[in-house]
Amino acid sequence: MTSLALGPTAGTPLGRINPVAQLAAIAVVTVVLLTSLDVVTPAVVVGAELCLLPAAGLTSPRTLWRRTWPLLIGATSVAVVNVLLSADADAVTGLGLGLRVVGLALPGVLLVATTDPVALADALTIHWRVSTRFAVGSLAALRLVPLLVGEFESLALARRARGVEARTPLARVRLLAGIVFALLVGAVRRGSRLATAMDARGFDSTTARSNARGSSLHRRDALFVATTVAVCATAVALSVATGAWDPVFVGG
Amino acid sequence: MTTTRGPRTTTGPVRVVARGLGVRHPSRRAWAITGVDLAIEPGERVLLTGASGAGKSTLLAALAGILDAEGAEMTGDLAVDGGPARNARERVGLLAQDPDSQLVMTRAGDDVAFGLENAGVPAEEIWPRVDEALATVGFPYGRDRPTQALSGGEKQRLVLAGVLVRRPGLLLLDEPTSQLDPPGAALVRAAVARATADRSATTIVVDHDAGPWLPLVDRVVEVVAGGLIEHAADWRPAARAAGLDLPLAASGPVLLAADAAGYSYRGSGAPALPPVSGHLQSGRALAVTGPNGTGKSTLALLLAGLRAPTTGRVTASVELASGVRRGRREPSRWRAGELVTRIGTVFQNPEQQFLTGRLRDELALGPLRSGEHAAAARATADALLERLGLSAFADANPYTLSGGQQRRLSVATALATAPRVLVLDEPTFGQDAGTWRELVTLLAEQRARGCAVAVVTHDADLVDALADERLPL
Repeated sequence: MTSLALGPTAGTPLGRINPVAQLAAIAVVTVVLLTSLDVVTPAVVVGAELCLLPAAGLTSPRTLWRRTWPLLIGATSVAVVNVLLSADADAVTGLGLGLRVVGLALPGVLLVATTDPVALADALTIHWRVSTRFAVGSLAALRLVPLLVGEFESLALARRARGVEARTPLARVRLLAGIVFALLVGAVRRGSRLATAMDARGFDSTTARSNARGSSLHRRDALFVATTVAVCATAVALSVATGAWDPVFVGG
Repeated sequence: MTTTRGPRTTTGPVRVVARGLGVRHPSRRAWAITGVDLAIEPGERVLLTGASGAGKSTLLAALAGILDAEGAEMTGDLAVDGGPARNARERVGLLAQDPDSQLVMTRAGDDVAFGLENAGVPAEEIWPRVDEALATVGFPYGRDRPTQALSGGEKQRLVLAGVLVRRPGLLLLDEPTSQLDPPGAALVRAAVARATADRSATTIVVDHDAGPWLPLVDRVVEVVAGGLIEHAADWRPAARAAGLDLPLAASGPVLLAADAAGYSYRGSGAPALPPVSGHLQSGRALAVTGPNGTGKSTLALLLAGLRAPTTGRVTASVELASGVRRGRREPSRWRAGELVTRIGTVFQNPEQQFLTGRLRDELALGPLRSGEHAAAARATADALLERLGLSAFADANPYTLSGGQQRRLSVATALATAPRVLVLDEPTFGQDAGTWRELVTLLAEQRARGCAVAVVTHDADLVDALADERLPL
């Protein structure tokens, strides 16, 4: 199971922040981190993000590890590979690059851990005018993911029942490719049946769609984005003050 | 497409009139239905029955106004609510077979609300109507219930609520219980009965299994080649097992035994299958029965050697295991090529077992995998095609067959390697009377040639007709 397959935890403080406010904050963090190559800026940003973990209900090391292990492995390998393969990268640069990866990905983990996909779709369609066809279609597709897991198992067992098994690595790859293909064919067929059912319930109607749950923006959402901007500004200021600042667009 | 809101009434039940209606699907030579004359009064409840492939679902699709989109050719006249069917689509509610291909949202209440959001109903009106629809179908949980946590029958009732909440004038039900176990099917029929009791919608049910619907419909119409037959009020379908004369066999040695075999998924508290003992004997058929969730399908996987029991043992007899590498007696440790000549398995969903693009290749696959030569495998395949009346489809893709044909093919693929043990999970799901009889006869023939047959099933007729022993879970 990947960290993305874990659903959101309900009722966390961070979950009360509107999803579009969270996305706006993520955009700010992304721009700042992508443009700074030093170690101070990502360190401050990651520090601030870590402070948000309790607000996202990620307090026990076990749940934290389950949601972040792919990210931590990725960040570590980015750091190590850069130090080993780059002539002018020292350990500090490597640490900075690793922290950057963590700083970029952790907000996504926080969003997934706190935000119901339905609330995300509602917020996107209401506040940012994202197409309902796209947003609701994505939700319907998301609902089918757990079904695919069960289907994958059945397909694998059915192959053994038919006398098909893999004993060499190459055969194993081919077997897996066959299962994945069958899975895709099944998903497309199910998807088209689902599309028919959705249109039968008026999804293809030209009437303007209403939203049963609604999505509202509050002062706390504006405050959240403002705080994110302030934290990023502090990070850059500290970086400049310590002389570590190394922006992409100046130093190259 | 545009939404038609003409002078026609937008509430109340709908009238349906068809005269000389014929439909031909794109790229097919034969007409799916011809000469259909049908008049249904507003508020009537009608059962459309008939054998597999008679054109019931085509007729229903025509009424739902979704045939134009796929480019079907139509003759004759069809009026739904006084106009073309495609203009009445807003007034039609459609319930199909598989609930998982109809649910849209992850929470029950959100899914019912979906159809109202599409109609632009203001948010404050949505939730009262959602609650009303959930109550109408007897949904036992709250709006926040995750749809993933529902049984098949509960899911299908939820889909029905999502259809009813739009207050359709014409309710079309396309074999809505064919993928459910008997208790789930009964729940869905009860919900339909309650929802249509006030005659606020004209109701048309399509099902080849007419019996269970008779108490809640006013008329029964059978789709046959060239038109429809209106049945009398006292019409009853013939029992599908009537006059079935199955070959019997002498019981032989035990081939496979489960000894307190149970199964638990890793990290899951309750076992998927509590320890069970039983045996499969040559020339005997064993029926594994019981409600959903008791681990029947899991037991089938253990007997089939597809999973290893986590407690207890499943052991093959010395006779069945003869020739296996290192003399292993546990089927789960056999190689796939060894397994396929000794234990044949038929899954609940035949499509999951198809691996090739042609029927002939599909049937030759098992023999090839167990080491037969290509010519011999091909001869085996052709002989089986001939026996099952599928020779005309030898080069067809298995996915293009009808449900009944697919089921026979999946049984045939298991027979191609002449296994001594056959394990089948719900082999009669969704079969009409004709294909049901063919299938039961085929299984009895295997028993007569000394096969041990195990069927996991909810089908009481199948148990009565075939089972020598029963194992209730």
